[in-house]
Amino acid sequence: MNATIIDAINDALHAEMRNDDRTLVFGQDVAESGGVFRATDGLLAEFGSDRVLDTPLSEIAIVGSAVGLATHGFRPIAEIQFSGFLPPAFDQLVTNASRIRWRTRGELTAPMVVRTPYGAGVRALEHHSESLEGAYGHVPGLTVAIPSTPHDAKGMLISAIRDPDPVLFMEPKHVYRSLREDIPEGDYTEPLGEAAVRQEGDDVTVVSWGAMMHKTLEAVDNLDGVDAEVIDLRTISPLDRETITESVRKTGRCVVVHEAAKTGGFAGELIATINDEVLLYLEAPIERVTGFDIPVPLLSMEDYYVPHPPRIEEAITKTVSY
Amino acid sequence: MDDSPRTVPPAAADIGVDPLSQGDLEIETYRVVRSDGSFDAERVPDLDDEDFRDLYRWMLLQRIYDERATKLQRRGRLGTIASGHGQEASIIGSGYALSRDDWIFPYGREAGALLLHGLSMRDLLLYWRGIEDASRMEGANVFGMAISIGSHIPLATGKAWGLELDGEDAIAFANLGDGATSTGAFHEGLNFAGVLGVPAVFFCQNNQYAISLPFDEQTNAETVAQKALAYGVDGIRVDGNDVLAVYNAVSTARERALEGTPVLVEAVTYRRSAHTTSDDPTRYRSGDEVDEWEERDPLARYRAFLERTGRWGAIDEDAIREEVESEFDEAVDAADAVEERGIEELFAYLHEEMPPELERQLEELRDLLEERPDMYEFIEQRPKG
Ligand SMILES: Cc1ncc(C[n+]2csc(CCOP(=O)(O)OP(=O)(O)O)c2C)c(N)n1
Ligand SMILES: [Mg+2]
Repeated sequence: MNATIIDAINDALHAEMRNDDRTLVFGQDVAESGGVFRATDGLLAEFGSDRVLDTPLSEIAIVGSAVGLATHGFRPIAEIQFSGFLPPAFDQLVTNASRIRWRTRGELTAPMVVRTPYGAGVRALEHHSESLEGAYGHVPGLTVAIPSTPHDAKGMLISAIRDPDPVLFMEPKHVYRSLREDIPEGDYTEPLGEAAVRQEGDDVTVVSWGAMMHKTLEAVDNLDGVDAEVIDLRTISPLDRETITESVRKTGRCVVVHEAAKTGGFAGELIATINDEVLLYLEAPIERVTGFDIPVPLLSMEDYYVPHPPRIEEAITKTVSY
Repeated sequence: MDDSPRTVPPAAADIGVDPLSQGDLEIETYRVVRSDGSFDAERVPDLDDEDFRDLYRWMLLQRIYDERATKLQRRGRLGTIASGHGQEASIIGSGYALSRDDWIFPYGREAGALLLHGLSMRDLLLYWRGIEDASRMEGANVFGMAISIGSHIPLATGKAWGLELDGEDAIAFANLGDGATSTGAFHEGLNFAGVLGVPAVFFCQNNQYAISLPFDEQTNAETVAQKALAYGVDGIRVDGNDVLAVYNAVSTARERALEGTPVLVEAVTYRRSAHTTSDDPTRYRSGDEVDEWEERDPLARYRAFLERTGRWGAIDEDAIREEVESEFDEAVDAADAVEERGIEELFAYLHEEMPPELERQLEELRDLLEERPDMYEFIEQRPKG
């Protein structure tokens, strides 16, 4: 079927809810109205109100009860309406979800998914635009996945639902509806913890994820005479070190692009990884193109915040001409 | 040893345990004016004719503001907005009961109350246009909009604490919706306010919905007001479409709060508009229900009261309408006239003094915009003032 990311997510939810009757979908406005982005549209009609529920305005209870249900053998798929409202529930992710297997020595597990749209660029109100994947990726035991295409959105979400441990599934809402591609009907999975090489090349490795993946591809496309290898990280944690280091070993140069603020952002971890494993292959300092160290501005100036292709092009050019 | 599990017998019925249940509570909904305009004369607040007229004027202003702001939004000249349509009596009745020294913690629907409190309409429009500068809330004791629902509630507790420590004759007044009462921040903020005994009023407009979720699915509690008891603060349930009742309720709550008892006020009303300009309410509620509440229109009810008490004759509705319309026009013009801002705005104010790294990032952006003017192709939305 020809699908946007939203269609693909909706399709994945339908598919897995059919496959496994221990799955449940809940969150704010997901049932009756089908979700503010319509990601869960049609689920209530097909699976009924025991499995598809609107919750009160309680992020802590949404994530916390997902952990409880998961320990009881259910497969909760919770939605946090915007990732800007996840912070109250950060406690549940850190204190319970991420470590329950570890602290019970494997007796209890939390196979659950928290889906949440993230990122800027949709002219939303304050707190609707952040990218905190680096912070979540810093929590041991929490898988943080970010698809960037319809194909991956479906395949990775199905993997996330089947995953034996908690997955924070961050959806790049800026490209929810702006991309279309043909995706397989029915069941298929895309692995978590594995990056994808979007384009092979020899001159420079460019790593990105989420909505920035598309800005990156655009930038690379604009650069004549640069043979870039483009990697879609797809999972922040656990990190696919091998794909990155193998690529850098080949190209000797690297640029990391993310929308989140620079300081403490995930680019730092990638650079450290490269440093650990392939430092001596480097022919130039690694560049990063990121959001600035400020909150995402209100809508009238948010476009200035986002790393656009010209910024990415400049960084790539600087790296290859070093 | 016998390791078979112990069976637990059912609890006997006659052992005298009688759980508290909400059915034990009787919670009255305070009202002054009934829907037909008849009223309880003893409850009519002691206001002069100008105040009675003003209350009408401000409710009409709220209505017109919402209509016109929605139109502006449709034309792409504001971002997402949330209308107070149907909630005018709650918004204005509460705002009118406050002193300008009080501090309002808004969350987005209460335009009229903020304007009453001294905020300029220009700045309110600029805020919804996404202009950072408007968040100064210049000239009014108004905090930033709590877009993260419930996040402001503990803040109001802290502000009230400060007011109390400094012996000021003012309260912290938090506006919130029924949805906000389900957050952890609500629970902690109210409980702590109760413990401290600070001058805070938590004003919940129960408009029956949190986006698509009806109130009876938001909580199993029958009312919001009853939640006050659990925190050891006072609670009032008031007809939120009766402007005089809301005024009285909030005046009383304010007095109590100043005496050291925080109050949770539940104004029972209805959100007649969509949740915001990006919402489609036909997906989750019936037109019949909306019609039913239209019949309980707060302006019509108050007008009926004014007619019955012989005050309506002195009120020139057309003149008020005209005045408000031109106030709105002027505010839009003033908003349009605000000069385009520079990118320094983005980096300023995060710290008292800009750290060197941030200064470097600002410089980097500045250089980039100069060297790569094609950056502007990606910057569709530019501050229009
Ligand atoms: C913490 C948080 N979670 C979710 C949202 C998304 N959201 C915005 S408004 C809203 C409903 C608010 O309902 P209520 O408190 O009743 O206020 P109303 O809009 O009805 O005035 C939701 C869920 C949010 N802004 N903040
Ligand atoms: Mg509400």
